[in-house]
Amino acid sequence: MKNRAYPTWFAGGALLLYGVFVLLPSLLGLGYSFTDWNSYSNDVHWVGLDNFATIFDPSSSYVSAIQNTVIFTVATIFLKTVFALALAVLLTAGVRRLSYVYRAIIFLPAVLPILVVGIVFRSILDPEVGLLNSTLQLIGLGGLAQQWLTDTSLAIWSVIGVDTWRGVGYIMVILIAGLHAIPRDYYEAASLDGASRRQVFQFITLPLLMPVLAVTTVLNLLYGLRVFDIVLVLTNGGPGYVTQTTYLSIFDDFGRGRYGVATAMSTVFFVVMLGLSFLTIKIMTRKEVA
Amino acid sequence: MYTMRTLRSAVSHFMASGVGILALAPLYKIVVNALKTPYDASSMGVGLPVNPQFGNFGTVIDQGKLVSAFMNSVIYSVGGTVLAVVTSAMAAYVLARHRRRSHQVIYLLLIAGIAIPTNFVTLTKVMQMTGLIDTQLGIILLYAATQIPFSVFLMYAFINTLPQELDEAAFIDGCGPVRTFVSIILPLLTPVLATCAILDMLNLWNEFLMPLYFLNSTANWPMTLAVYNFFGQFQSSWNLVSADVLLTILPMIAIYLIAQRWILSGVSAGSVKG
Repeated sequence: MKNRAYPTWFAGGALLLYGVFVLLPSLLGLGYSFTDWNSYSNDVHWVGLDNFATIFDPSSSYVSAIQNTVIFTVATIFLKTVFALALAVLLTAGVRRLSYVYRAIIFLPAVLPILVVGIVFRSILDPEVGLLNSTLQLIGLGGLAQQWLTDTSLAIWSVIGVDTWRGVGYIMVILIAGLHAIPRDYYEAASLDGASRRQVFQFITLPLLMPVLAVTTVLNLLYGLRVFDIVLVLTNGGPGYVTQTTYLSIFDDFGRGRYGVATAMSTVFFVVMLGLSFLTIKIMTRKEVA
Repeated sequence: MYTMRTLRSAVSHFMASGVGILALAPLYKIVVNALKTPYDASSMGVGLPVNPQFGNFGTVIDQGKLVSAFMNSVIYSVGGTVLAVVTSAMAAYVLARHRRRSHQVIYLLLIAGIAIPTNFVTLTKVMQMTGLIDTQLGIILLYAATQIPFSVFLMYAFINTLPQELDEAAFIDGCGPVRTFVSIILPLLTPVLATCAILDMLNLWNEFLMPLYFLNSTANWPMTLAVYNFFGQFQSSWNLVSADVLLTILPMIAIYLIAQRWILSGVSAGSVKG
């Protein structure tokens, strides 16, 4: 009865599209990882683990790209969570009227194409005529003016800053929904017991928001590890390779015709992300409700 | 007590509007500079345009080939969205309703796509093998595939909240699976279909890497790619770049303003209820 009522072919369309454009490339990638596939020759040879040795050679650009990706991921998880939580509390407890308007405005950057965010921030962060440096000069803090995107130690932090600007609204919206899901009774009981604002936040809001914070952390983690388009449009991995990320360096090798190495790195990346996706599914489908 | 509350509220509004200004500043810059002369816009300043140059829009529509790019963007994002929403809804329905082993495996496989990165190297090979590279159909199919995992995830969660007695009653009355799905389930899915459709549209409208890699002919370019190319050519003409950017983001901003309730609730839908 159930087999007839809910036939598997209903899932066929989604499976076909997903299979051809997502799974098939990943499986092909697994095979090509062990070859010298490149743009200069039509012959493809088996080279065993050579590509993986190239990737994990301590002097390879991939190792520093992985480091940058980890720095980016950790920093954006921290910054987005802290700012988004502060804003979510501000817009639910502090501001009552117009709260919806603020929420919509703060989310807006997430609607803009990353390409556009990149173009606009390249002008804002321009050391000569950019809005940031000229504002700093205007308010007498000209000493803080920087070569935001070209200074080797600063560039990655500028990218992190722009990405936080873009992504904080998204996380805030999820946290606001989480805050609304906390039953009012807890707050009433706490106020009857004379709890201070800090105590309420520390002993009621934060613990009850934990499941939602776990979800936003996972979303930020998955996003951070896969980051590349915001880097591509802001610095293209430069100056030199100091802002190169894992995914971006795959594109780099792809562009240079080193398909074997690029696809080997893609495969390593695929396996790591697949593992993390099962962790994600576990967290996102947990039964206890926030 | 009363004055304390007023003060707190004033401080809160002050902080919230400060953040709001930061969020809007880049958009403001685009708008004012889109109307300036090349000289006035050279520093991308924040001043209002002295003598608004509405002709800038005409120039970029002409030179940036924005009309055909706009049509392409509409075809790709609407096509990809419709295909993704329809196939995801059908899949999510049977996977959520009949949880046999094979269906659970399919579900996990599909939503793993939320996390796994695209392998562009081998995807290029697949696009070549299937003859879909540099075709409009190819980009629509590819776009749909990228939106399926998250759409299935959202719809699966939503279908779980609908009582199964509904479809059982339909079967007992002799409806086949297609009829039950179309006339009983689909109408009930309207809210989640709307949310998915809007989120998918936004993502697809803003996409530029897939067209960059898989569409070579300029005639097939969507708006984002036209901007990318335009920026490369006219990097010093910030007024034209701004006008071009403004025209590209305008449709999505309009949709966002109209549909923000669905968008904002869709963003949190998958995360909060668990």
